[in-house]
Amino acid sequence: MVRVDDVAIHGYGGYIPVYRIRAVEIAKVWGTDERELPVEEKTVAGPDEDAATMSVEAARYALRRAGINPKQIGAIHVGSESKPYAVKPTGTIVAEAIGAGPKVSASDLEFACKAGTEALQFVAGLVSSGRIEYGLAIGADTAQGRPGDALEYTAASGAAAFVVGRMDERAVAAMEAWTSYVTDTPDFWRRAHERYPSHTARFTGQPAYFRHIIGAVKQLLDEDGYSLDDVDYVVFHQPNVKFPLAAAKALKIPLEKLKTGLVSGFLGNTYAACSLLGLVRVLDHAKPGERILLASYGSGAGSDAYIFRVLDGIEEKRDKAPRLDALIERKRYVSYATYARFRGKINMG
Amino acid sequence: MRVPRYWRNLPFIYRLSGWRCVECGAFHPVKPIVCSRCRSSEFQEAELPKTGRLIAYTVLKSPPKGYEEQAPYIVGLVELDDGTRLISQIVDVSEDELKEDMRVEAVFRRLRSNDERDVIEYGYKFRPVID
Repeated sequence: MVRVDDVAIHGYGGYIPVYRIRAVEIAKVWGTDERELPVEEKTVAGPDEDAATMSVEAARYALRRAGINPKQIGAIHVGSESKPYAVKPTGTIVAEAIGAGPKVSASDLEFACKAGTEALQFVAGLVSSGRIEYGLAIGADTAQGRPGDALEYTAASGAAAFVVGRMDERAVAAMEAWTSYVTDTPDFWRRAHERYPSHTARFTGQPAYFRHIIGAVKQLLDEDGYSLDDVDYVVFHQPNVKFPLAAAKALKIPLEKLKTGLVSGFLGNTYAACSLLGLVRVLDHAKPGERILLASYGSGAGSDAYIFRVLDGIEEKRDKAPRLDALIERKRYVSYATYARFRGKINMG
Repeated sequence: MRVPRYWRNLPFIYRLSGWRCVECGAFHPVKPIVCSRCRSSEFQEAELPKTGRLIAYTVLKSPPKGYEEQAPYIVGLVELDDGTRLISQIVDVSEDELKEDMRVEAVFRRLRSNDERDVIEYGYKFRPVID
């Protein structure tokens, strides 16, 4: 049991690029049946965007909401599977860009799509132990799917950032409890120097996504004495629309609780940012006193489950930066050709 | 660009942070030995505002080396809220949507692509303000 009831989110920010590609546009290229598409559309990073630039955008929004001096940030952890460098930390780029440091610890974390919620645990632990005043946890990815692979319909780009500090009257959401559920389950991987990941198709479902999400949620509820009735919003990792809905059904969670934080249908799977962008959207809408259950999932495999309680500070801070819906509505559709150009899929010889 | 020169400019190109002359108020992206306007040698760290308006622009269709992937792209003259003027790439907008005095804000982007063995250069660009 990990009780972290002295730690809270003080600021949050979500960022998605302006570009979108419709799933039907991708289906036209590969001859896929349009009735089988996992999402409607997904975000596409521009040619000048990567996990570092999107992390900075999300972090700037989170700092605006937190209303703190960047020099008060004592740790920056960035979770991503699409680091711009193989060797050079993204956290250092974020620190310089937001004016934090040099008295700051910075590292990049990797755990497929749950690297962002890992970052949140690390930062909350440092705050809870009194080592730092505030910490910044980020999940960011420019996910890539092999052209023609099922993943290409969903692999998307986005970032979410959270400023975590000690609980006070200005905080946005208390981090009441968390747990992790991790096993060696090889459902999805990318080996060194490989450009695109490999996956095990149907094996990514029951023994991977569902076992870990459901396992983590049950573990959290059992350990910390919560029931699903205590929870007003539920956010699950969303590699598509179908999986989180099926996980909710298995746990007998009313779909109404899932709706606000279910963004994959129009954003795609933003990997390390995915469940965290769902959390951002819920924070944009939730009222003080309401509870949020979040369960991420990272292939390989594991799930981090959290309980957040929304606090009074949300009302004052929510509109200090654009809401996620403003970024969702801001969009420019691109053709498959432009998408291929933006994401470096054209071989220039 | 050589790495030491890029590195020296990071505070300015990442977050528009530089040095203001205590005597005459002139802004310098990199701390000078003496102020180029008044010859004073006293400076205070200062950050420029991150929002402003678009005054003029052009579209680059024949870009310099390293910018080919982004072409055609818009380069604009931006007047920040304190009156400082900057030349910057304008992103997330097409030419036909640009308006005189359009409100713009600084964003953090890759500046150009270079060899896979080189450092990635990041810095400011501007986009229409998101409310």
